[in-house]
Amino acid sequence: MLDSYLPIITLIVVALGFATGSIIFSRLVGQKKPSEVKLAPYECGMPPVGSARERFSVKFYIIAMLFIVFDIEVVFMYPWAVMFKRLGMFGFVEMGVFILILLVGYVYVWKKGALEWE
Amino acid sequence: MENLVQIALQNVNLAAIMPSLVLVCFGMGLLLINVFLPRGTTRPAVWISLVGIVVTAVVTVQGWGNPQYGFSDAVALDNFATFFNVTFLLAAALTILMSDDYLRREGYAVNEYYPLILFTTAGAMWMASGTDMMTIFLGLEVMSISLYVLAGFFRGQSASNEAGLKYFLLGAFSTGFLLYGMALIYGVTGSTRLTEIGAYLNSHSSLLANPMTLAGLVLLSIGFLFKLGAAPFHMWTPDVYQGAPTPVTAFMSAGPKAAAFAAFLRTLEYCFFGLKPEWSAMLWVLAVLTMTVGNVIAISQTNIKRMLAYSSISHAGYALVGLVAANEIGYSGVLFYMLAYTFMNIGAFAVLILVGKQGEENLTLEGFAGLGYKRPLLGVAMSVFLFALMGLPPTAGFAGKFYIFAGAVKAGYIWLAIIGVLNSAVSLYYYLRVMVYMYFRDPTEDYAWISLPVSVLATIILAVIGCLYLGILPNEVMAMAKTAIF
Repeated sequence: MLDSYLPIITLIVVALGFATGSIIFSRLVGQKKPSEVKLAPYECGMPPVGSARERFSVKFYIIAMLFIVFDIEVVFMYPWAVMFKRLGMFGFVEMGVFILILLVGYVYVWKKGALEWE
Repeated sequence: MENLVQIALQNVNLAAIMPSLVLVCFGMGLLLINVFLPRGTTRPAVWISLVGIVVTAVVTVQGWGNPQYGFSDAVALDNFATFFNVTFLLAAALTILMSDDYLRREGYAVNEYYPLILFTTAGAMWMASGTDMMTIFLGLEVMSISLYVLAGFFRGQSASNEAGLKYFLLGAFSTGFLLYGMALIYGVTGSTRLTEIGAYLNSHSSLLANPMTLAGLVLLSIGFLFKLGAAPFHMWTPDVYQGAPTPVTAFMSAGPKAAAFAAFLRTLEYCFFGLKPEWSAMLWVLAVLTMTVGNVIAISQTNIKRMLAYSSISHAGYALVGLVAANEIGYSGVLFYMLAYTFMNIGAFAVLILVGKQGEENLTLEGFAGLGYKRPLLGVAMSVFLFALMGLPPTAGFAGKFYIFAGAVKAGYIWLAIIGVLNSAVSLYYYLRVMVYMYFRDPTEDYAWISLPVSVLATIILAVIGCLYLGILPNEVMAMAKTAIF
């Protein structure tokens, strides 16, 4: 049974070896001419603006939380959609109840103003 | 696959989850209605949640003597679950009654409080009726997450924040133990269904001595004992109970604690009846430790809310004695005791709410000086609750302790019963001290801030009636508790 894991183990070993090998090899062979610009944090090619250690508004966390909740909703819908015909009416009603519960949460969030940025 | 759908359909039996279904519907409806009401309008929420609880209670009592099983036996609405459901509903109703004025006084008249209480109760119901480890776990999580929020409900007060955070972190930690225990038991037996686990262990008796089974049992027990607040897993209790809003503390120490007892009892009895000598010995030690730790530390408390927190630890210890006894009278004694404790504990906290003053500054012993003369009705009510907590006749506490200790004696645990009675004697000291302050000290305050709203008065009267009824005529309820156990 363990034989079937051999390709995975091989892949893990090769991946780890290649990654560490590349790092060590570039350390040994690569040229090092640091300058201020080179050492600055990479911000998508733009010149860096301010420090990276900034406080974020709590609003981002609310958005992130809501994203996770409604993201998971969709995750549950994919398997249901694949089996839709076989699950039939039963699956339809079950999913309806699920969506209804989330709808209650959605209306609550909306009316509470959590979706408004300001 | 066609068959799978049919099997799933056949096994869905909504009647088995009807009480919690009704309660959750009310909770969600309430959440929706609340957002359309102007801020600070909490009266409709109080009424709707009370109506929801009454409707749920009506649905619940239909299940008495008419057991329903559903979802491939993952849920059982038998007499056991029904008895506990009534206890949870009582706790929730009494809590909601005494909450509104308190929340208004403290400046947190926020609607979300009531749906959260309903969701907590629904989670407790799933725990009591769960016959599958997953159902029990689900119920525990629904209950706990709502409680974490409730404990930290006063978000401007650091004590409440501390309570919420501590409860959350330690609760999550203990849930890990519980889940690991469930995983090990699943690994041993290949099932999460409680009855199947029991049957498998019974037919493969060599597995009973398997270290994995024993480790699973111990880890499961740690998870449940944490929720019970039993020593040595009681460390969170005092801080959380003191920091949380008073009605939440009252609710937490009655409803969810009973739910943990329900799930623990069912798990031990369904899965691990083959290991009875082992877990009895383990719980013997823990019961003694819990009673003693709770009572001894309560003696040195001057804050009454904190004192009641420690007293609730010791009461969990008394109830554990019933689990150790593991016979008919012991088990039904636990059921009876949880119901009795709901009345006496919530009643005592209701008096605390009134005497507490805004910001809960008046919770010390001195704050109760002369209360019995200045406010005779409150004094009498508090005395009844304290007598019940002490376990003196003719109150519910006496009847409950009597049954539990009788069960222990019958099972041959005479020393355990003696230690229990000695502990009750220790507890006399700190309960009576409150009464000494109420009746034998000159009042330092005029208690002018105590207004007696109808809702809180109703809570206190109901609790007094409950305490006295269960104390004077315990036979009827005890007979019901006896038919409720397996």
